[in-house]
Amino acid sequence: MRGVLPISAVVVSLEVHCPAPLPSDVVQLAHGGGGRAMWRLLQEIVLPAVGAGSGAHAHDAATFAVPPGARLAFTTDASVVRPLFFPGGDIGRLAVFGAVNDLAAAGARPLALSLSLILEEGLALETLRRVLASVEAAARTSGVRVVTGDTKVVDRGKGDGLYVSMAGIGVVAPGADVGPWRIRPGDALIVTGDVGRHGIAVLSVREGIAFESPVESDCAPVTGLLDALLGAGIEIHCLRDPTRGGLSAVMNELAIASEVSIVVDEAAIPVDAPVAAACELLGLDPLAMACEGRLLVVVPDADADRALAALRSLPEGARAARIGRVEGAPARVTAVTALGTRHVLDFASGEQLPRIC
Amino acid sequence: MKYVDEYRGNDAAHALARAIARATTRSWCIMEVCGGQTHAIARFGLEELLPPEVTLLHGPGCPVCVTPAETLDDAIALAARPEVVLCTYGDMLRVPGSIGDLRTAKATGGDVRVVYSAMDALALARGLPDRQVVFLAVGFETTAPGHALAVYQARREGLSNFSLLVAHVLVPPAIAAILQDEERRVDGFLAAGHVCTIMGTAEYEPIARRYRVPIVVTGFEPVDILQGVYRCVRQLEGGRAEVENAYARVVRDGGNVRARAMVQEVFAVTERRWRGIGAIAASGLGLAPAYREFDASVRFGLPQAPRASVEIDGGCLSGLVLVGKIKPTACPAFGTRCTPDRPLGATMVSTEGACAAYYRYRRSS
Repeated sequence: MRGVLPISAVVVSLEVHCPAPLPSDVVQLAHGGGGRAMWRLLQEIVLPAVGAGSGAHAHDAATFAVPPGARLAFTTDASVVRPLFFPGGDIGRLAVFGAVNDLAAAGARPLALSLSLILEEGLALETLRRVLASVEAAARTSGVRVVTGDTKVVDRGKGDGLYVSMAGIGVVAPGADVGPWRIRPGDALIVTGDVGRHGIAVLSVREGIAFESPVESDCAPVTGLLDALLGAGIEIHCLRDPTRGGLSAVMNELAIASEVSIVVDEAAIPVDAPVAAACELLGLDPLAMACEGRLLVVVPDADADRALAALRSLPEGARAARIGRVEGAPARVTAVTALGTRHVLDFASGEQLPRIC
Repeated sequence: MKYVDEYRGNDAAHALARAIARATTRSWCIMEVCGGQTHAIARFGLEELLPPEVTLLHGPGCPVCVTPAETLDDAIALAARPEVVLCTYGDMLRVPGSIGDLRTAKATGGDVRVVYSAMDALALARGLPDRQVVFLAVGFETTAPGHALAVYQARREGLSNFSLLVAHVLVPPAIAAILQDEERRVDGFLAAGHVCTIMGTAEYEPIARRYRVPIVVTGFEPVDILQGVYRCVRQLEGGRAEVENAYARVVRDGGNVRARAMVQEVFAVTERRWRGIGAIAASGLGLAPAYREFDASVRFGLPQAPRASVEIDGGCLSGLVLVGKIKPTACPAFGTRCTPDRPLGATMVSTEGACAAYYRYRRSS
């Protein structure tokens, strides 16, 4: 993409008479006040970090070219995870991949991102720098750039250090028509990797639970997996990014949206041993735990083997597995256990573990 | 996963299912006491593996479910006090009192915190010397030693800002109460393995003898539960009524002596009200006189006299479910007016309650 533009919403006063605030290593309310302190925060920290500088203009909105005839996908995703840094990721990576993966679930490759930061007074500027560096690296990995944004500061005690809201625009792959409306009885369900890691990774640091082999979040872009499927000529019916609520929530949402039943083979769903152990210990269901780098893929049965081969050709898809099939109405999800018995697989009831993304 | 996978094995489970079918010649109703077992039965669809003559009834063994509404009311009232940090297990947040639940108390400004153990709450009390940390202590004999240890430790450290709101219940009196009902359907029991890990098996002997019922100490994995059912059916078919330990990899007949000593040091047996069942004599634990200062109801002057029942049933039959007289799906409110999001009664409130387990795993079958 050409003509990358910087963070906007910067109001530059040319007649500043007040002295600039003293240099400080924490975010202050003045950093969100629209004055010189804010201008310096943007110029010295935000803009250089997210790399949206060269030759562009400070302006209220970014503009960019769109390929002729393209269908656009548009998504938004707020990240409020606590702690800000967790094994395998941080709030910056999570925000970028959250938006990028939502676009991929629509069959789209990312075109541009918008970054909105809500900073709490007192946040260490070093923390902000680390998060922004992470945003930049994650965007680069995903082949996209932050082209616009906004920065606000809230009073101490009114935020949890830092919230990130990321919106993304993507271009739908030519010919792709990906959504629950395409799901048909007989379709195969594939998951692109082991499930539940992000939820357990965040929980483990929050609750101080140590594992012999630490669980790292699966936080990663899934665009490569989408490209592999498209490149292999797979007729993709639907894709979902199983974040909050995990695999069981997205399968239930798809069953309801498409008025189909879904039957999954529990034993076929990949779950890493430490994740399974942590879930046993805490009474959690790995299928209800968030993933941040996986796709649930729905394809015609005839394409399932080729789809699996295409996914497994990538490191991030090495553990892709066929986990179930679509049947006719009514809308429900049934799990077949390792014992051959069946049970309803419902949305997780009760509270989600708080603030995992 | 070691100690899990081998007890979820397909071959072992089906071999036991066949053995149960071969051993069964007539109808038997077997009650699993513990909510953890109920959950596993529903989750793994174990009833599908049993012959039609064997019916599993689900007992009162979910401490979250049977905690009475007035205890929740007390907890909510404490959470509303500015000096109080109310700590509890996550399950308790959604349990309805008569005027709301702890989730709502938290949302409206109460300092309610989820902890994984009483020791976590104790650590919180050490770190917050200006606040009063109250731990809502619910559970059977299984959680009692940990709760007792926290109080014991608090006294040793001279912590004056830690206390317990106690709603502990005991399993054997509940089993006896069910057996005293002349209309009971229960022919045999699967006793809760974790409870027996602490308490041993001796207190079940007089119950088995007096009421002529087999009591099989049983674990929580599918193969454990089928093993328990198998041994129970064998006793019933053979006309025996014995206490049998089918969970010997964990349970010793004498239980955990040190844990029991800690419980006896800190707690004393008392009458308790069970949600859905009512008051049962000598069916719970309260703080022993020597530890009264750690009793939140004393420290904060909560009403001590027995209060009128504040059941909020709205036509819910959880009382009959809890004592094994009906299955959850036989209640007219099940899945319609009563769901886990809006529970009417005891057995729908916790994930381990029988109605919640049926709603989650079995409602379309």
